[in-house]
Parts: sequence; structure tokens; C-alpha cells
Amino acid sequence: MAIYDTRLRRDKFYLGLCYASVVFGLGCLAIILATLLLEGVRGLSPVVFTQMTPPPGSGGGLLNAITGSLIMTFLGVALGTPLGMLAGTYMAEYGRHSKLTIVLRFINDILLSAPSIVIGLFVYEVMVVKMGHFSALAGAVSLAIIVVPVVVRTTEDMLLLVPDTLREAASALGLPRAIVIGMVAYRAARAGLITGVLLAIARISGETAPLLFTALNNQFFSTNLNAPMSSLPAVIFQFALSPYKEWQQLAWTGALLITLAVLVLSVAARVLQVRRPGK
Amino acid sequence: MTQGDRENAVASNLAIDNAELGSAEARLATALVGFKLRDNAFHLLTLAAAWTVLILLGGVIASLVVGSLPAIRAFGLNFLSTETWNPVTEKFGALAPIYGTIVTSLIAMAIAVPVGLGIAIFLTELCPYALRRPIGIAIELLAGIPSIIYGIWGLFVLAPFLQEHVQPGLISAFANVPVLSGLFAGPPYGIGVLTAGVILAIMVLPIVSAISRDVFETVPAVLKEAAHGVGCTTWEVVRSVVIPYTRVGLIGGVMLGLGRALGETMAVTFVIGNAHKISPSLLSPGTTISATIANEFTEAVGDLYTSALIELGLILFVITFFILAISRYLLMRLHQREGR
Amino acid sequence: MTGMNDVPDLAQGRAAEEAWTAGAPTLSNLKPKISVRDLNFYYGDSLALKSISVPLYAHKVTAFIGPSGCGKSTLLRVLNRMYDLYPNQRAEGEVILDGVNILRPEQDLNLLRARVGMVFQKPTPFPMSIHDNVAFGIKLYQKLPKAELRDRIEAALVQAALWGEVKDKLNASGLSLSGGQQQRLCIARTVALQPEVILLDEPCSALDPISTAKIEETIDELTENYTIAMVTHNMQQAARVSEHTAFMYLGELIEFGVTAQIFTSPEKKQTQNYITGRFG
Repeated sequence: MAIYDTRLRRDKFYLGLCYASVVFGLGCLAIILATLLLEGVRGLSPVVFTQMTPPPGSGGGLLNAITGSLIMTFLGVALGTPLGMLAGTYMAEYGRHSKLTIVLRFINDILLSAPSIVIGLFVYEVMVVKMGHFSALAGAVSLAIIVVPVVVRTTEDMLLLVPDTLREAASALGLPRAIVIGMVAYRAARAGLITGVLLAIARISGETAPLLFTALNNQFFSTNLNAPMSSLPAVIFQFALSPYKEWQQLAWTGALLITLAVLVLSVAARVLQVRRPGK
Repeated sequence: MTQGDRENAVASNLAIDNAELGSAEARLATALVGFKLRDNAFHLLTLAAAWTVLILLGGVIASLVVGSLPAIRAFGLNFLSTETWNPVTEKFGALAPIYGTIVTSLIAMAIAVPVGLGIAIFLTELCPYALRRPIGIAIELLAGIPSIIYGIWGLFVLAPFLQEHVQPGLISAFANVPVLSGLFAGPPYGIGVLTAGVILAIMVLPIVSAISRDVFETVPAVLKEAAHGVGCTTWEVVRSVVIPYTRVGLIGGVMLGLGRALGETMAVTFVIGNAHKISPSLLSPGTTISATIANEFTEAVGDLYTSALIELGLILFVITFFILAISRYLLMRLHQREGR
Repeated sequence: MTGMNDVPDLAQGRAAEEAWTAGAPTLSNLKPKISVRDLNFYYGDSLALKSISVPLYAHKVTAFIGPSGCGKSTLLRVLNRMYDLYPNQRAEGEVILDGVNILRPEQDLNLLRARVGMVFQKPTPFPMSIHDNVAFGIKLYQKLPKAELRDRIEAALVQAALWGEVKDKLNASGLSLSGGQQQRLCIARTVALQPEVILLDEPCSALDPISTAKIEETIDELTENYTIAMVTHNMQQAARVSEHTAFMYLGELIEFGVTAQIFTSPEKKQTQNYITGRFG
């Protein structure tokens, strides 16, 4: 039964490779998270949240970077979410079978995975050059452009999941389309829509490239939208590649903070997904 | 007359007819007209949003083209074939970044595709039910970790590790092999093209795994049972039935991963060494398009320098757009086949 | 319960002789190829098959009838241990194939399934050419020279009454055939392995009447070489095609006997009710 034995051995071999792949993947995850924790926690102290980024060779914190990230992330989401939701609403409700929707869905999914550095270049050209200087606003706009495809996708998907019978029941009561959408469809898809926003926030929390040529960086604490603003990713970029020990430590701590934020948001998005009755 | 027009007419007529009565019906009629207006406004708003997103893409391409014009005019097609990158003499060529982008992405896919497929096969065929969701989520978390985290981890953990434990081994193993010795030559820097490829692989494998898993789950159970029914081992079922059945979707997933690998910036920037040259050895430093832009843009002096960088961005965007479009198309065909 | 044990029921055998006017089987023919003894089957914690004992006689067609959900397909899937693919399904009891209990843990499942083939309700051609579909099983176990492989494939397709229709397009995709042809392709694929038992799980329920008739003819011819167990919703089909019939209800075997007798004078009231269409 030589053939059969070979088959059994081949089966064990390839399936063994599959097990090895999982070990590799989970192993990488474990090592990355462990490293972040070990290196990042070492520099974790209240100082991180109260002092600004230091000049080379001295201790300090990440206050301006954290604040900058929070401000620009918030703005980016505030600008991108309405646009994304409205476009997604069009695709799922008014224009469900229109040609525009088909093209838009295609384009949107490409934008979703497009290199974010290109977005940074775009905003540089249309805002930074025109305004003559780097600014937090430009940074927020570039983040918003990254948020839009994520929100469009999740909005359309979630709204499409709402059964048409629900919409018909509302219309049968004489409610106009806008209210049917606003009060019925949105409410039914609420959990999914929020998930989409959480995912978008998680996505832009770590984005560095677009910020590099829009908001640049700022050594000092600033909330001026019209001026360069610091952000965690930009600081990590600068500090990690530097030869200064204190800077490198702050880079690790900053990396830990970002990863924690992303993980918390991702888990929250997952939890919301589970609560939704049966996908 | 469209439905909307007819409704408008009815509502207006109602309003006019009942205006003198001043009754509840009149108020309702006016309200109906108000509804219609608000409805149309909302409709227009969403339509405008949809168009805006579309125009956004056009805007990105347009601004890139406009920004690249000085460089295009100065270098023409030679830009794509020149290796020189000299800000001082203002002679720029994209060959090194393009080479680096392609090579790192190929290395990434060479690792990520088998590993991602392996994980997907594990999750659909081998994994106990209770563990499927947790492991699936864990793998997807890999995709959620921001690029810059991979960068810093790659620089401080992976690169030294490869430098000490892996690269010397590779160098000596291939030292006497005719062609391959050139591929694995030279001092073990730790950072370099190979390291960048490995980091990209780890970033991309969750994408390949997730999409592969999704398409594997579309294989009808009865088809797999039929294969088991003639006595196939699990691996044979996967190789002979599951993978051919899902071929289109798998390629779509791989192309999606490739699209992401091509555009990755921060992770690559940290570990590739940023050398504007093409070396035959995978262990030497190099550069990619996005790493070049990330490193040099804010310090670029002179319009031609900036324009050359923007032209690099345009090239990258065109390549990734093309790959992602193919991926989208393949995955769309798959969904159509399912009747989704 | 008509109390089936693994020894062929002599009384039933004689009744069969009397009931049939031509080609009455002698006792020596009535040897069970497969004996199911006291089979209990669980989906998780819920008991789906209760103490089933039934023989499948060699070179005969045994039909399993009963309303939806009675467990006929579940029983069939025990016979080639297809349930093994799903961790929360388990079987207790014995299924004796040629003297060996195939439910034992050491049983090699791939080899079992090469001996006990299965055709499913929905036609399941593999995503490959007709030629490769039929050759698939053969190649798993034997390395044949090209000519011999061709002969085996042709023989299988002839047995499945499909050869005439596909002999000129063996390289066409299996999916390009009609539903009835695809199902016959699945039958060809199964017989190409030269199994001993063929399990048919409602093989015609997704097909049109003409394809159904063709397949019923095929089944008839297949008994020459194989033992067949068939699950069907269609009582007339069971009456047409099988020599023995088992009626199942809610996971229990209610009655087993010679087909002619089951359909004309069943012993149990429930069988009678089902056959006359009172329920199910």
C-alpha cells in the first residue's frame, strides 16, 4: 500500500505546515505585543502625560504629541464621518442600483487600501502649498480622507443589512424617505455604524505618513489648528530613528500608547459586532 | 411624470384645496409638502456626498500629476530607468525605489501567501470550533497594528535578531551556490531589503488569511464531503477541491495583500536602510518609493526635488491602483457567482 | 419494533418467496453485507438515532423511507463515517461490514470510504474535467498506465449510463453538464473506485423526471456488482427500485422488510399511515 502510505505522509506534512503557520502568526503577535509592553512600560510614568517632548538628551513627556493626536484624530473623524455616512447612505438607499453606486463602490474599495502617503502628498499640494505652511488642519484633513472610505464601506454594508420590510413598514405609515432612513434604517444599523467609526478611528490612530507633510511636527505644546502640530506617530518616527536613549524610550512608550488605543478600539468594535443579533 | 412629481402634485393640490378650510387636513397637506422638500434636500445631500468621494479620487490623481509635471518635463521616461538620485546635481531617477518596492513586496508575498493560506486552512479544516473565533481575531489583530509599530519593532527587535541569528547562516549556506550566493551576500547589516520583506510579510499575512478564510467558507460542505467520500485525506480535499473551487477569490485576496505591501511606508522606512542603489544581494540596504518620500520630502529643497518625489508618489499610486483594481474585480466576480 | 437482529429472518425470507412471482431469492442470497447493531447517534447531546438495528443485504437495494427529520440521511452517513468530519457528532453501537465493526476508533476512514461510496442529494462534480472527475478516485489508490486508466473511466461512465453522452467531450468541465448528467457523473466517479457498497442519499430529488428514470435504471444495473442503500422521499421510487425497505420515524426504525410486503401489507400502523400519506 505504498501509494496510500505516501498519501498519509503527505497529508501529515502539509497539515503540519498549516499548524506551523498558525504558530508563526500567533507567535509574531505575541512577540510584538510583549516587546511593546516590556519596552514601553519602562518609560511609562505620569511625566509622559504632563511634560512636552524634550530636546535631545533630556527627559520629558509626550503631552504635546498626545494632545496633537487626539485633536487631529477627533477632527479627522468629525470631518470624514458625515461625508462617508452620507455617501454610504446614498449607495444603500437612494442609489442602490444606480451606476454611480457601482463605480463608487469600486473606487471606494481601492481608496480603502491605497497608500496613505499619497493622501499626504495630495493634501500637501492642495492645502499646505496654498496656505504656505504646515498646519494641524491639513493633518486633520488628510486623516479625514483616510476615514471616508472606511465609513462609506461600513455604512453601506450595515444599511444593506437592514431588511427592506422594515423600510416598507415605515413608508406605509406615510413617512417620507428621509425620516425612514434617519429614524428607521440608521437606528437599526446603529451598532454597525458605530463599529465602522471605531474601526476608522483605530485605523487613523497609527497613521504616520500623511501627517508627515501636512501637520509636520511641533516641539511645543500647541492647539493652534493653523500651525504645525505634534502627533504621536510623528514623534515616534523622529525619536526612534535618533541616537538618543531618552528619545528612543519615549518612542517605545508612545508606541505602546498607540497600540493600546488601537487594540481597545478594535476590541470594542468586535464586542459591538457580537451584540448585534445574528450577522 | 415621475412618482415624485405625481406626489408633489397631489400634495400641492391638497394644500391649495384645503387652504381656505384651515383644517387639520390643510396642515397635514402643508406638512406633506414640507416632507417632500426635506426629502429632496436629503437626497441631494447624499448624492453630493457620493459625488464628492468620487471627485476626491480624481483630485488625488490630478494633484499628483500636476505636482509631477516639472519632473516629467525634466526627465521624461528616463526617470523610470535611471538609478542616480542626486539632490545636489538635481539628477533624479526612480529605478532604485521602484526596484526596492517590487522586490520587498515579492519577498513579502512569497512568505505571506503560503503562511496566510496555511492559517486559513487551519481555521477552516483543523481548528476546534471553540478556538476558531479567538484565533481568527488574534490573526486579524496583526492587521490592526499600525505600520509605525511594525517599524519600531522591526528596527529594534527583528533586525538585530536577523543580523545575529539568521543572516550569517544564510550567507554561509549560500556562499558556494552559483547563482544564489549573490542573492545572499555581503555583511549582515540586519536592516535591508530582506528584513523589510519579512516585516511586510507579517503585516500582509492577516489580509491573505482573512480573505482566504472567507472564500474557503463558501465551498459547499457537500462538495467537501463528496471528496472525503471517495477517500481523500484532508489535505487532498483542500488541494484538489477547495483551492481550485476558490481560485478566483484567493487570487483576489493575494492581490489585495500585494496592493497593501506595495504602499506600506513606515514599517519599511525603518528597516530598509534607505540607500538609493540597487544591489543584487537581498541582505543589503535599499529603498522603496514610499520610504524615499517619507524620508526626504520634508527636507527636499528645490522644486525639481519635490516634483521628483511627487512623481514617485504618482508612480506608486498608479501601480497600486492597478493591482487593487484587479483584486476588486476578481473578488467582485466571486461575489457575483455566489449571488450576493 | 419488528426486532431485527443480525441473523436473516427466515420467516421473512419465506414470505418473500411467496410474495414474489418470479426470481424469488433463495436463502443463500440473503447475507447482510452490512449489519447495523444497536446504533445510537448523537448531535451534541441530543439523540438522533435510537437503537437502530438493520441489515443491508449484499447485492440488493435497501431503501430507507420516512418523513423529513426521521434520521434516514443520518443513518446513511454513519455507514461511511461521514459524520466524523464534525466534532460534535458521534455514534455508539456497531456497524459490521464483512465482519469488522467500522465504528471502531482504529478504523482507517479513507480506506473505508473507498469501499463504501456515497452519492449526494445535490450533484457534486469536482471543479475539473469529466475525465479528471472520474479518474480522481482511481488515481488516489492506483498508478495506472494511461490506456488502462482510460478503460476504467470508460467502464465507470458506461455503468453510470453516461458514456454515450460524454465520450466526445471528456475534457469539458464537469460543471458544464446538466443536473441529471452531473449526478450520473458522480455515480461514475463513485463506481470508478470499484467500491463494495454504494450509499445514495436522495440521489434524484434535485433532478427532473427523465434524469430520474435514467438513474433508476442505472441503480438497477448496479446491484449486479454492488450493495446499495438508498434514502428517498419518493415512496414510488422506493417501491420501484428496492428489494428491501426500512421505514424510519423520529430516529427509530419502525419496520423493515421486503419492499413488496411493506407497501402492500405493512405490519405497523405507523408504516401504514405513512404509506397512505396520512402524515409526512
